[in-house]
Amino acid sequence: MNFELLAQLLIYGLVVGTLYGVVAMSFVLIYKATQVVNFAQGELLLIGAWVCWALLTKFQVPFWLGMPITLVFMFIFGVLVQIVILRPMIGEPIISVVMVTIALSTVFQALMKWIFGVNLQPFPRVFTTTTVDFFGLKIQTVYVMSLIVSGAMMAGMAYFFKASKYGLAMRATAFNQQVAQSLGISVKNVFAVAWAISAVVSAVAGVVVAVVNGVSSGLAGYGIKVFPAVILGGLDSVAGAVIGGIIIGLLENLAHFVDSEYLHWGNLYEVAPFYVLIIVLMIKPYGLFGTKDIERV
Amino acid sequence: MATSTTLPAGDFRTSYAADTTIFPTTTSRNFAILSIVLICFAPMVLSQYWLSLLIQIGIFGIAALGLNILVGFTGQISVGHAAFFGFGAFTSAYLSNHFPIPVFFAIPLAGVVTALVGLIFGLPAARLKGLYLVIATLAAQYILLDFFGRADWFTGGTVPALAKPFSIFGYNIRGDRNYFYVVLAYVVVCYLLVTNLMRTRDGRALVAVRDHYLSAEIMGINLTKYRTLSFGLAAFFAGVAGGLYAHYNQIVSNEGFGIDRSIIFLAMVIIGGVGSIMGTLMGTAFMVLLPESMEWLSVALRGSPIDQMLGLKNNIAFLREVAIGLIIVVFLIFEPDGLAHRWRQIKAYWKLYPFSH
Repeated sequence: MNFELLAQLLIYGLVVGTLYGVVAMSFVLIYKATQVVNFAQGELLLIGAWVCWALLTKFQVPFWLGMPITLVFMFIFGVLVQIVILRPMIGEPIISVVMVTIALSTVFQALMKWIFGVNLQPFPRVFTTTTVDFFGLKIQTVYVMSLIVSGAMMAGMAYFFKASKYGLAMRATAFNQQVAQSLGISVKNVFAVAWAISAVVSAVAGVVVAVVNGVSSGLAGYGIKVFPAVILGGLDSVAGAVIGGIIIGLLENLAHFVDSEYLHWGNLYEVAPFYVLIIVLMIKPYGLFGTKDIERV
Repeated sequence: MATSTTLPAGDFRTSYAADTTIFPTTTSRNFAILSIVLICFAPMVLSQYWLSLLIQIGIFGIAALGLNILVGFTGQISVGHAAFFGFGAFTSAYLSNHFPIPVFFAIPLAGVVTALVGLIFGLPAARLKGLYLVIATLAAQYILLDFFGRADWFTGGTVPALAKPFSIFGYNIRGDRNYFYVVLAYVVVCYLLVTNLMRTRDGRALVAVRDHYLSAEIMGINLTKYRTLSFGLAAFFAGVAGGLYAHYNQIVSNEGFGIDRSIIFLAMVIIGGVGSIMGTLMGTAFMVLLPESMEWLSVALRGSPIDQMLGLKNNIAFLREVAIGLIIVVFLIFEPDGLAHRWRQIKAYWKLYPFSH
């Protein structure tokens, strides 16, 4: 058994997993606040990464300025998407809302390809890449950076929801819209802000992935990988999304290890999460931490 | 509501048989038969290009019909329909190549095999609903696509599988002009089948499951059975359409069965009208002609300032995708009942013309 490869893959799995966790967290945020299943989550990553890339390379903006501009842009973008496209869909059946987000993902992805081309673009060096020695394992600093950023975002989200007044308003809206409204919370604003925060958080994740791997339309794949993570954790649990993301990230790389060492089937990395998804849906449809739907007639 | 206005005055239905009839009046039946007869002359008049578009509309129309049973009548969503379509294509090619089965029988057989696979993936559907089901079908899409890439014996792996030309009792049918009739026959049979299905007890049970599944269950409808059944039915029609597609192109490669194709199938159903059988065909025609019209547009604009600014020629694929996505969004926001609803309104308008009330 190749322990070094295993350890290397597990660390990579943890890094990717926390990123999945962050994206899953922003997915759950939209779902909890607005009951919209967002199939365009991956495209939010993509747009964030491309905008940041364009600012840094085309306009030669330094990173410390480019990043905040990207985030402001994504905030406005999220609000606009909610107001223009999702707001008219309130009260429509689930299938229509799901279809709208699927269509949005098609539009965004094609537009990004149209504007920025289909080739992988390397991200300008934000950090000098070195490797850190960690118990004899070589870990690239970008991975450490990615872990730290992901952790910071999770902590920030937790703080926002636990301690801030607006976070409380959002939790109240997620709990019961009518009651929240009667207590003076503007549900309309909460919906828009949920999309905005989700877009911002996704964009940060997108930039992190771009710094590690470069920017390409493959980034949108994170939006699809979110589903196994979210289902595993439970659709409406923020903590579950994070844990689900980490598990899926580890599992992917474990599958890759088993595949490359023993099975040699090839490409197991890509589909393993979906098999897990089907199994979870079969035996525990509401995930590890999700609330069970109890229906009364 | 809208349908009642198209009924002639004084026509009160007095029996269930009259109420569930496919064609409300003799004129409408004669009109339908006449239009099918007229379409039979299409290969003699139309150019090769338009004929191939009509064949595509027919093939995708059958697949979209299957999806409409699932989405429109049972209220389940599937984002993995293209994978079943592909499975049907590979199965039909495999059956006709490796067994002494004429293509004529291989296509329905492919439908049956695909239906069995659909039932397997439909099993979670028995327990799941709404969002969870969408995600399960998303997994089905990726798992089946992965299977196509892996199973060399079945699909040929990286080398595309070859499919024989359509043959019936030893006669080979070659060329678009002859294949058109094959597709037309399948379209007529499939659409009649589904229309009749909706008039039976099983069809009404599916609609009851969609409208209120708890009430349906209380009325003695077996939820598990009908949810799984609708999945199987949807996969069956996808498989038949896939078979037709395989023998039309006579080559089946691994491409073109991805999630983007699934989205296009969903778009056909939504634009045509969720739960409308004739609407499915309208939606399919719309979605087949939309990318083509983008092509015409880019040809028309060639050399103009707009073309130079946007680089239409090189980016036509992206333009198509953007157009497809935007059309879906626009339809969902402004015309959620689809083209079928618009068609009914047009009919009602002319029926009552010039007195609109």
